[in-house]
Amino acid sequence: MSSTTTTRLLRAQLPSRFGLLRPDFPVIPVAILASIAIMAVFADLLAPYNPEIGSLAARFKPPFWQAGGSTAHLLGTDQLGRDVLSRLIFGARVSMVVGFTAVIFAGVVGTTLGIISGYLGGWVDQVIMRITDAWLALPALTFAIFLAAIVGPSEMNIVIILGLAYWTRYARIVRAEVLSLKEREFVRLAIVAGCSKRTIMWRHVLPNVVNSAIVLASLMLGVVIVAEASLSFLGVGVPPPKPAWGLMLSDGKQGLMVGYWWLTILPGACIMLMVLSANLLGDWLRVKFDPQLRQL
Amino acid sequence: MRDFVLKRTGYSLLSLILLSLTIFFFVRVTGDPATLLVEPGASEADIAAVHHRFGLDQPLVMQYAIFMAELIKGDFGQSFYYQTPVLELYLSRLPSSLLLAAVAMTFSLLIGIPTGIYSAVRVGQFWDTAGKLFALLGLSLPSFFVGLVMILFFSVYLGWLPSSGSGTVWHLVMPAFALGWYFAAAHMRLTRSSMLEVMGSEYIKLARLKGLPQALVIGKHAFKNALIPVVTLAGINLVLMINVAVVVETVFAWPGVGRLLYEGISFRDFPIVQGVVIIGGAMIVVVNLLVDIVYAVIDPRIRLEA
Repeated sequence: MSSTTTTRLLRAQLPSRFGLLRPDFPVIPVAILASIAIMAVFADLLAPYNPEIGSLAARFKPPFWQAGGSTAHLLGTDQLGRDVLSRLIFGARVSMVVGFTAVIFAGVVGTTLGIISGYLGGWVDQVIMRITDAWLALPALTFAIFLAAIVGPSEMNIVIILGLAYWTRYARIVRAEVLSLKEREFVRLAIVAGCSKRTIMWRHVLPNVVNSAIVLASLMLGVVIVAEASLSFLGVGVPPPKPAWGLMLSDGKQGLMVGYWWLTILPGACIMLMVLSANLLGDWLRVKFDPQLRQL
Repeated sequence: MRDFVLKRTGYSLLSLILLSLTIFFFVRVTGDPATLLVEPGASEADIAAVHHRFGLDQPLVMQYAIFMAELIKGDFGQSFYYQTPVLELYLSRLPSSLLLAAVAMTFSLLIGIPTGIYSAVRVGQFWDTAGKLFALLGLSLPSFFVGLVMILFFSVYLGWLPSSGSGTVWHLVMPAFALGWYFAAAHMRLTRSSMLEVMGSEYIKLARLKGLPQALVIGKHAFKNALIPVVTLAGINLVLMINVAVVVETVFAWPGVGRLLYEGISFRDFPIVQGVVIIGGAMIVVVNLLVDIVYAVIDPRIRLEA
C-alpha cells in the first residue's frame, strides 16, 4: 500500500460519516430520488409544455402565487418564454441520465483497473497505481472543464469526461480490497484448482468487490451531479436548448438582479435536493452493506 | 529520509509528465490542434503556417518534445484575446485568487475548527447532530448555488453587498463565503474525527487523572495534537481553492485565475485554457509533494512505510 498522506487526507472529504443523521432506512431521500427518476422517465407525459420552445410574448412570468403569475405556467417562464416547470421536469432526465451513466462508466473503468492492479501485482500494479496517483493529484473539476472545452459539449462527451475524471477513487478502494481477498482461502483454492487468472479475477474476485463499488457509486453520484451542473453552468456542459439544471441556473443568473428569483432558485433547489438525497442514501448504504468502507 | 524524498519527487515528476501527456494527447486526438491555436475564421494558409511553426507536421514524438520544451521554458503561448503571454496573464490574476482563497480559508477554519471541537466534546448530543447537519449541507450544496442565493438575498433584496466585481472589502465577503462553505464543512468533519481520536488516547486520560480542568485538557492537550491533520489539509485545500474557484469567480465576476479560465472557455481562447490547467495541476502536484515531505519529517513512520 503506497497510499500517500495526501490521498488519505483527501479521502476525509468524501461525503460520509453523517452518523446520527442516519435513519434506519432513508425514506425521504429514497422518495425524493424516486420521484426525480419518475419525472425523468415520464417527462413527456408530465410536462405541460415543450421545454425547448417558448413564446416570447410570455417572457419572465413569475410563479402562479406571485402577482402577474398565472396557473397557465405554474412555476413561471424564463427569458425565452419557456415553461420553467416543464424545463425542470426534462432537466431531471438530463441529470439522471448523465449522473448515473457517468458514475457507472467511472465505476467500470475504476473497478476493472483496481482488480487487475490488485490481483496481478508486480509491475502492472506499479504502472496502474502510479497513473491513478498522478490522476488523483489533479483537480478533477478543472480537468473535466479542460476536456469539455476541447471536445465540445454533448451529453455523451460529458459522461465520458466525468467518467475519466472520477474513476480513480474506485481503483484505489477496489485494489485495497482485492489485496486482502487475494489471501483468502477461496481464492487460493481456486488457484490450486487450476483456474486461470482471468477466471479468478472475473468469477471469484469481482463478485466480492461489487458491493464496495456500488456503495462508492452512490457516494459519487452527488459529486458527479454537482460536476455536471458546474460544467453546464460554465457553458461547457449539456448544450442548449436542452434543459439541464446547471444550464438553467446560468441562464437565470442575469435575471437575478431584477428579481426573477425563480429562474435560479428552482433549478438550484432541484440540484440540492438530488445531491442531498444521493449523499444520505449513499451514507446509509455504506454503513449497512460495507462496514469496511466506514474508514473512507 | 533521502530515499523517501527522492522517491516522492520521482513520483511527482511522473505525475507532471502524465499531466502533460494527457493534455498533449487529448488535444491531438480530438481534432487538429491547429484549429485550436489559430483564431476562429483563420484562412487555410494561416493554419498551414501554424502547423509548421508548432511543428505539427512532424512525428508525434517530436511534437511532444517541442511541447515539453515550451512548457519547461514557461512558454504557454499567447492569448488571442489579450494578445499577451498566458503566463503573464496568469500571474497578473494570481494575487486576486490568492486573496480570495486566503479569506475563504480563514473563514472556513474559523467556522470549521470550533464547531468540530464542540461536536467532538459533545459527541452524540444536540450540537453534534447540528454540526453534522451543517457538514452534510456544506458538502451537498454546490458553491454556485450558495453564491446565487446570497446575491439574491444580500444584494437584490437587502442591498447590503455588491453582487459582483472587486475593489473593496465588501466585494470579498460573498465570494469568500461561497468558496469557503464547502471547505468549512470538510474542516469541521476532519477536526471532529481527529479530536475524537485524540480524546480516546492514554495521555488525555492521564491529564484528566491529574485533575486538570476540562478546558485545559481540551484546549491545550487534545486540540494541539488534533490540529496537525487539519492544518495539513488546509495547506492542500488552499491550493485546491485557487483551482476550484472557477465557478465562484464566474458567479461573482471576481478577477482571479478561475475567471481567466472561464474567459478562455467563452472566448475560445485555447492557450489560456491549456495554460491555466497545466499551471494549476503543476501547483497541486508540487504542494502534495511538499506536504508529503513535511509529514515524513514530522512522522518517521511514514518514511518507513514508503
